[in-house]
Amino acid sequence: MALNSAIPSGPIDMKWTDYKANAPLINPANKRKFSVIVVGSGLAGGSAAATLSELGYQVKCFCYQDSPRRAHSIAAQGGINAAKNYQNDGDSVWRLFYDTIKGGDFRSREANVHRLAEVSTNIIDQCVAQGVPFAREYGGLLANRSFGGAQVSRTFYARGQTGQQLLIGCYQALEKEVARGGVQMYPRTEMMDLVKVNGHAKGIIVRNLQTGKIERHSADCVILASGGYGNVFYLSTNAMGCNVMAAFRAYKQGAYFANPCYTQIHPTCIPVSGDYQSKLTLMSESLRNDGRIWVPKSADIAAKLREGTMRAADVRDEDRDYYLERKYPSFGNLAPRDISSRSAKEACDEGRGVAKTGLGVYLDFRDSIERLGADTIKARYGNLFTMYEKISGEDPYSMPMKIYPAVHYTMGGLWVDYNLMSNVPGLHVLGEANFSDHGANRLGASALMQGLADGYFVIPSTLPSYLVNETPGSISTDMPEFKEAEEKVTERLDGLMKVGEKGKRTVDSFHRELGLLTWDKCGMSRSKEGLEEAIDKIPQIREEFHENVRIPGSAGALNMELEKAYRVQDFIDFAEMTCHDALNREESCGGHFREEYQFTEDDPEVQSGFTNPGEAKRRDEEFMYAAAWEDKGPGNKPELHKEDLNYEFVKPSVRSYK
Amino acid sequence: MNLKLKVWRQAHADDRGTIVDYDAKDIPEEASFLEMIDIVNEQIIEDGGEPIHFDHDCREGICGMCSLNINGVPHSKERGITTCQVHMRKFNDGDTIWIEPFRAKAFPVVKDLVVDRSAFDRIIAAGGYVEVRTGSAVDANSVPIPKDKADAAFDAAACIGCGACVASCKNASAMLFTGAKAAHLNLLPQGEPEKDKRVLAMVRQMDAEGFGNCTNQYECEAACPKEISADVISKLNRDYAIASAREAVS
Repeated sequence: MALNSAIPSGPIDMKWTDYKANAPLINPANKRKFSVIVVGSGLAGGSAAATLSELGYQVKCFCYQDSPRRAHSIAAQGGINAAKNYQNDGDSVWRLFYDTIKGGDFRSREANVHRLAEVSTNIIDQCVAQGVPFAREYGGLLANRSFGGAQVSRTFYARGQTGQQLLIGCYQALEKEVARGGVQMYPRTEMMDLVKVNGHAKGIIVRNLQTGKIERHSADCVILASGGYGNVFYLSTNAMGCNVMAAFRAYKQGAYFANPCYTQIHPTCIPVSGDYQSKLTLMSESLRNDGRIWVPKSADIAAKLREGTMRAADVRDEDRDYYLERKYPSFGNLAPRDISSRSAKEACDEGRGVAKTGLGVYLDFRDSIERLGADTIKARYGNLFTMYEKISGEDPYSMPMKIYPAVHYTMGGLWVDYNLMSNVPGLHVLGEANFSDHGANRLGASALMQGLADGYFVIPSTLPSYLVNETPGSISTDMPEFKEAEEKVTERLDGLMKVGEKGKRTVDSFHRELGLLTWDKCGMSRSKEGLEEAIDKIPQIREEFHENVRIPGSAGALNMELEKAYRVQDFIDFAEMTCHDALNREESCGGHFREEYQFTEDDPEVQSGFTNPGEAKRRDEEFMYAAAWEDKGPGNKPELHKEDLNYEFVKPSVRSYK
Repeated sequence: MNLKLKVWRQAHADDRGTIVDYDAKDIPEEASFLEMIDIVNEQIIEDGGEPIHFDHDCREGICGMCSLNINGVPHSKERGITTCQVHMRKFNDGDTIWIEPFRAKAFPVVKDLVVDRSAFDRIIAAGGYVEVRTGSAVDANSVPIPKDKADAAFDAAACIGCGACVASCKNASAMLFTGAKAAHLNLLPQGEPEKDKRVLAMVRQMDAEGFGNCTNQYECEAACPKEISADVISKLNRDYAIASAREAVS
């Protein structure tokens, strides 16, 4: 099937305006007749559900948490970008658009990204009107800061809790609509499968997590806003419950999954301390403004530090390697996320890592404390230092922090067109669950922006394009498609419980094994050999899982082991698809590095001094496309469909951070 | 380290429930409290039992999903953190730890340590919002808000809706939760027009859910992982009194 991205014609800055002027409308009396299913209640799902209900649609919204207010958008710390130019520092819609395209390393779709930049300003207005307490200056106006190396201050923030405050605003709007009767909210309810009628997405099968009951829900269209898949790596900064099942089930039903191998690795997380560890905690990147990153020059010293026979403070300056300052003198410790993450991995692979596990580097505040005084450092980072101390038990004022990269965000997701509709008619995908806006890497403070843009401003305008051709209320859960889908879900659960009764290994032990393999072979740095090895090994994990997983209890009640089991079951299949995507992408691009594709002494860019050997090498001629994968059934390799990315307005360039 | 756990087990809402003893063996002191329960659960599962059910999600202190009374105190006796931020190095080898669900009439137990806190959603639905349709907002900088006011609203807005305030209160009162949301919105010009309607509706919903009254003991303030001040309760009482008086004479 050819991929039609449905990008409107015309100049980039008029596409969205023209689209809205010409898009079909549904009159208010008819809107009431249409029903919409929204899966997920984070920034994308919650804002979509609330807004569509305000417009008059009948909305059903589902989340696995006990309340929609707990979706993982809540954990975002840093901020949200918007091209308000309140600082008069030269920002504009064009500049935000350009930065986002460049940040995505020329692997995102121009038209979608420009629209995102355009609506960014409306988001801030909307949130402030809801009472979101953004930081303010003494004059009472909104404050901004520069974030993630941006040259303008366009990031709005709410202490370290921007995601929380935005989500609470969105949740309140949602609850307002729940009270009015426009939204029916289903907490502790998980989507188990998508139901298609005549090829269109018209419903879902869910499991009530509290009772275990399987239920059918029909609607005139389905919106997935179910977040990212970072937990395929087992350890990530995602919440424990985050999973890929909703999106993956849609993939199994024919929706294409685009660029799954694009994952973002955040450089400043607290390192893993042992096998029991359940998740990774992010430390704000702002720490890199005053902290210096280093490892010892020699592996011997590193070994002593790991064993505790030597203290970091006693390592002489000449024995320290401030590797980012050495390799990237003009960016130093503020080198971009992917470069900084990869350099940490390299240092640890050389045996120079410092945490107990060997996977950690120092983030040292000694020099800035000397220069600025402990009080200034405390004023800047006090809460972060306290958080670090609570988790690690070490005082960062007297000994350097230890950090290591961790999976943070996933840019890949279900393929969508300009309307945010997947190739399955009626199935729309918003927020982190889709693939469209961040290309191969996401800029800091852009995830919150995209979630709210999709939910508050894009889908309300694009949904009628689909609905206008549908007859409202023509779908009933009594249709055979629903019965069949429900039976399939029940069968799947029965199958799991049957194995689970006799199995010996816990679900977590499988998840850990899968995560380690995926992280090792398909994480920050990949090679053909490693990916092929992973593709060989994953079926073995799957086989053992289906023979030996232990699931106590019953499927007819609250059973958190069963929940984990079916989520991990999908992660296993998903990991395999992701490795295929990574294997196919023979280039180093954005957040990921293919070891075979790096600059060498032979390249003219190196000879001219533009970049260094060992830096990531993008291959625009061969790979300037979104890779959309189609499921071909169990045991078969997924089929690749390409959406060529045309850069009409921004000229692709090679990144240089030398 | 090795510990003795005394854990509330309750198969379902109608079950009577009881305390069951578990040994937590070889717990690394770097582990978090919830990771300690994970380790115990792995053992229970390998031994053929059903794991201890508890709510948790972000494990970084912000989603509000984790609960637990640890030795009788919501989120443990350490100030200003949630259960998922409690670390085992704060305990000693050989300690006995009591682990129970948040207890309140309005938070019925679902299973083991999992409780139903949907009453909080209904209090918000009653009036904990500003009525502003998407797309109808004016420019964000058109209404300046003095920094001290914005900061005070923020302090109240930090609530994560975990329910520790209710669990710590002998009356199971939800005044800190309700007061925090009312203060957040009532302090801002955006929330001003609906101020009276908001407090009347939220307080009535709170009463209807079966939460108790506040008798000014401020256990809630001590238990709140976001350290929200009990001042929001006084403000709620003031706003409620004014709204009731206006309602009576209108």
